[in-house]
Amino acid sequence: MRLVADIFLLLGAVFCCLGALGLVRMPDVYTRIQTATKAATLGALAFLIGAGILHPDWWTKLVVIAGLILLTNPVGSSTISRALYIAGVRPWHVPGSDDCTPLLDSQQDKP
Amino acid sequence: MHTSHAQHHDDETISLPHYFFIYAVLFLFWLLLVGNLRLQEMAAGALVALAVTLAAGPHLSIFSGLRLEAAAPFHLLRYFGYFWAALIRANLDVARRVLSPSLPIRPALVEVRTELKSNLGRLMLANSITLTPGTLSVDLRGDHILVHWIDCPPGTDLEAATREIAAGFEQHLRGFLK
Repeated sequence: MRLVADIFLLLGAVFCCLGALGLVRMPDVYTRIQTATKAATLGALAFLIGAGILHPDWWTKLVVIAGLILLTNPVGSSTISRALYIAGVRPWHVPGSDDCTPLLDSQQDKP
Repeated sequence: MHTSHAQHHDDETISLPHYFFIYAVLFLFWLLLVGNLRLQEMAAGALVALAVTLAAGPHLSIFSGLRLEAAAPFHLLRYFGYFWAALIRANLDVARRVLSPSLPIRPALVEVRTELKSNLGRLMLANSITLTPGTLSVDLRGDHILVHWIDCPPGTDLEAATREIAAGFEQHLRGFLK
């Protein structure tokens, strides 16, 4: 049992670590939000599962935490990226490819 | 199989069955926080949940997007299964992209159309999109969701993006959300 819990905790650490690595490697803010959100969500859930196996009597509260993380994490990421989009931050695109980004009405004057 | 009555009142009012649903959710939340089934705690929870339901119910019109039908829990379970698979795939996908030296990404913003009508349905769809491989919901305007796609094939239009990103989730969400 202890071993299974350790595996989950380790998995959580690995995913969080990959998320942090993504923050360093990705070229712009949208791609960074992507990697960080997904990795942090699954990483946190893996931590919670590991903690639940170590302390079975905590499971009800861990379920509440997991549910709240699953609901609030994507909302937070979307809100930040929406603010960036409205503020006019353009996503990075591969140099040389065409930028097929749809524009806000107020941004149609882009060259 | 919802009645026309339910359709007309989509997001404005909240019906009696929805009040019962909110009450049940609040009571369950209380039980999870308390973590035991002593009669004392359950009685207190029943009272508190009732008070909160009556006080906050009229402001919780977002819950009117729920389809309260016999088949809904079944669809919810199927959605959860699909969601977990997608979340795990998303993380393997992120791991692959972050670790490969060439950084294989082709990011672009695309638009996706949803057929879900209720605010709750659209919220759940946007959240699901954010947690699935390579996509991030950026904005929601009417029935269009603006999605940042980390690996957008060149020349993707709205129909193709909708099929690729939203259709899978929508099919499952439609079973229990309007």
